[in-house]
Amino acid sequence: MAVTENSVGQRRAAWRARAFLIGPAALAIGVFMVVPLLLMAWISIHERDFSGSVVWDSYSPEAYLRFIFERNLDDSLSWNFDYLSIILRSVWLSAITTALSLLVGFPTALFMATRSEKWRAILVFLVTIPFWTNLLVRNYAWILLLRDHGTINSFLLWTGIIGEPLPLLHNGFAVSVGLTYSFLPFMVLPIYASLEKLDPRLIEASFDLYANRVRTLWHIVLPAAKPGIIAGSILVFVPCLGSYVTPELLGGGKTMMIGNLIGLQFGAARNWPFGAALGFALLSLVLIAMTIYALKARPKAGSQ
Amino acid sequence: MKKMSHILGGLALSVGLTLGGAASAQELHLYNWSNYFPPDLLKKYEAETGVKVTIDNYASEEDLLAKLQAGGGGYDVIFPGPTTLGTMIEKGLVANIGVNKMENFGNVLPPFQTLSVDADRSYSAPYMWGTTGFTYDPAMVPGGELEQSWKELFEPRDELKGNIAMLNEMSDVWNAAAYYLGVDKCTEDSGEAQKILDLLMAQKPHVKVYSNDGTIDRMSAGEVAVHMQWNGAAHRVKKNKPDAVYVYPKEGVTFWTDTLAVPANAPNMDAAKAFVNWMMDPENAAIASNYTGYSNAIRGSGEFLDASLSSDPAVNMPEEYGERLSGFKQCSPASKQLRERVWTKLKS
Amino acid sequence: MTVRSLISSPIRRAAPGDAKHWPGVAFMAVLFFAYVYLPIVVLIALSFNANELVTIWSGFSIDWYVKALQNEEMLRAAKNSLIIAVVAATASTALATLAAVRMARDRFVGQSAMNVMIALPLTVPEIVTAVATLMFFAMVGITQGLITVMIAHTVFCIPFAYLPIRARLEGLDPKLIEAAGDLYATPGKAFRKVTLPLIMPGIISGAVLAFIISLDDFVTTFFVGGAGSTTLPIYIFGLIRVGVSPEVNAISSIMLLVSVALVSLSLLLGRGRGQTQHR
Repeated sequence: MAVTENSVGQRRAAWRARAFLIGPAALAIGVFMVVPLLLMAWISIHERDFSGSVVWDSYSPEAYLRFIFERNLDDSLSWNFDYLSIILRSVWLSAITTALSLLVGFPTALFMATRSEKWRAILVFLVTIPFWTNLLVRNYAWILLLRDHGTINSFLLWTGIIGEPLPLLHNGFAVSVGLTYSFLPFMVLPIYASLEKLDPRLIEASFDLYANRVRTLWHIVLPAAKPGIIAGSILVFVPCLGSYVTPELLGGGKTMMIGNLIGLQFGAARNWPFGAALGFALLSLVLIAMTIYALKARPKAGSQ
Repeated sequence: MKKMSHILGGLALSVGLTLGGAASAQELHLYNWSNYFPPDLLKKYEAETGVKVTIDNYASEEDLLAKLQAGGGGYDVIFPGPTTLGTMIEKGLVANIGVNKMENFGNVLPPFQTLSVDADRSYSAPYMWGTTGFTYDPAMVPGGELEQSWKELFEPRDELKGNIAMLNEMSDVWNAAAYYLGVDKCTEDSGEAQKILDLLMAQKPHVKVYSNDGTIDRMSAGEVAVHMQWNGAAHRVKKNKPDAVYVYPKEGVTFWTDTLAVPANAPNMDAAKAFVNWMMDPENAAIASNYTGYSNAIRGSGEFLDASLSSDPAVNMPEEYGERLSGFKQCSPASKQLRERVWTKLKS
Repeated sequence: MTVRSLISSPIRRAAPGDAKHWPGVAFMAVLFFAYVYLPIVVLIALSFNANELVTIWSGFSIDWYVKALQNEEMLRAAKNSLIIAVVAATASTALATLAAVRMARDRFVGQSAMNVMIALPLTVPEIVTAVATLMFFAMVGITQGLITVMIAHTVFCIPFAYLPIRARLEGLDPKLIEAAGDLYATPGKAFRKVTLPLIMPGIISGAVLAFIISLDDFVTTFFVGGAGSTTLPIYIFGLIRVGVSPEVNAISSIMLLVSVALVSLSLLLGRGRGQTQHR
């Protein structure tokens, strides 16, 4: 259905139509997103101004040096892996979250895919609801459950299993529980979408050929779910990496992730160049993850 | 389908109307700490002047400064402390509104008619003043009593480890550490700054949370036993925990004042000035004190104050502690940089 | 694999040959739904607690709802949220509709680049966009709080509005639109009379999606916002930092209800004739 243009006039008209129709959206994103990102790149190679903002007439790799070096109070440089460790922690927490989501999400998706059509619609709806509730509300609910005098600790104290409240809130555990909670639907739905397409007769055929459930799962179900698993993993991993609210609220300001470190540079720390450089580090991580996804997903699509 | 486009059109129209309506009325935007301005006082101002007032909240003065440096955000009146105010004056971020020529300026108590960073009070009017010490719950500490020393906070006893909370405010934390170590709080010596950093880093694992918000709730709910705190908040803790003790540590206590100031690019400059003047009225200042639990600097506000304020040693400081007070000092840029870097290192 | 080991143990007991029943799977699904709904149930239950100390139950009460609905700051924040969401949803849907209509029936040099660009707000982590936009506005000197938030929201809502409309267009017979082009004198009229009604379900679900996304946004508003831009999420964030209280529970429960109602509405409207799913 490609529109073929043969005359110059028609071609010009087509471009005019594109400019009028696609132009506004492109302009909005271009001006208020692409330009700001370019500006961020520009700022990241400048020196910070100590009371905030940027020293415009100086170029400096300082912001990037900070990833692994620190300037001591006497201005000498020394190794410092604090920031690197925050970046690694972000990757680690995101990976754990992805794994947890898969662990819970895959059986759930399989369960959903094997229900009757009416039930499937209801279950899909039930899975999506938490996603539509406000992110802050979801995190707040977990604060209620996890804090020292919260629901879980109160219950455990009441049963006498523990004598002291467990430290559940304000740590990495709380953050990964909260992140998993936030992004689970992104894992379940793509896997479900893949499994739903799987013809149950294939499974029955496998059983008829005396394959047991493990072998059937391994050779029939998992390959069918693979595109969904890959898509789900990327849909969980990527937003996890850039999360800000969950570590802020459930991590108690001590279990920082990259997003919080970036935010800090635009608040209390007032170091725009470093914040900008960190922004690029995060963006690169996301792009790497997406490239891996693109490479993994393509042969699959080709073979079908 | 036609109906749908009508609905969409209607929505767009109503938004246009709301926006137009909002822009035409006189409006004043305050930017303040949360829980630091009485809602009743807002209503009183609106009733008296017809100007609509809205408040947005920040969680630390660094956030306030960051917002202002990023272009001001359209606020009319802000409430910075001296450190932040000093930076703002230096950077031209606040307007010279001639507070000293205002009608109600005569009400300001003489000690507050000047400020280190704003000597003749052209830029700022006093809001609340108070001290930064710490509060503890006797029921939650060993022996029911703590020493009147910052040691309890910076080098906590084993029983209190993980059970203390700190303010998330650079100047207050830095100053307290400097008093405890006997270091000049305006030091330019990187070795001394390193000592402060070492102390704070060693303390960090024992700190449950660094936060300026919710210090009252945290103490009231017994989430921590000891909390670095401002005295007005300590006063409000006592409503739920009458036994709570506010300590004026012997090494030194920061005595601070918050101010009312107006950003250089305030959209509603005249209303902002009028508001600053209005806040120097004794009755209004007293209403603010009754709500926040802090003292104000306005002569004649005493008769409007609640009795519970003057009877609380956290607010009405016993005289023998007078020598422990340490006022604000304007430090050199080099010293401020050291402080900022210590803070960034601590917080990252 | 862990999944395998989890499911393998009770496997042999099940009757072979049944594709519908995987032992252990139902158990995991129950666990899943418990995990998903327990926090919500606790949140709502505690909003009816008479006790101010949230987790100590001392009787049923709707006082906190009364208090929340009389809280002027909260109501003002809610009003801001609504104004911003309506503006952002309207503007982004308008932009997205125009773009989608052309993108769906066009092939041109740089089109895939354009696809990437429209999806950019989905790809770039929100915190990065937020601080980049903050710096941009600061440099350009746009400081009006509400306006900056509206612009930023409109931009990140574009792909959310775009995708359902695009999906709807994919499901349409291109001949219909070509025929319309022959029937009506002007392309504008053909669009209004034929294309627009046909893609209306897509537009509506796109607009609702954009509306919810804007209504829920925290990060962008937090960094980009200025005077008078305290939205409901920003207000709740402030409350949460101060501490838990049944009033926050009540406000949260109301928001939850509104979100669920909106999603249900969007699903019902989207159903109509369009079986097209964008996922």
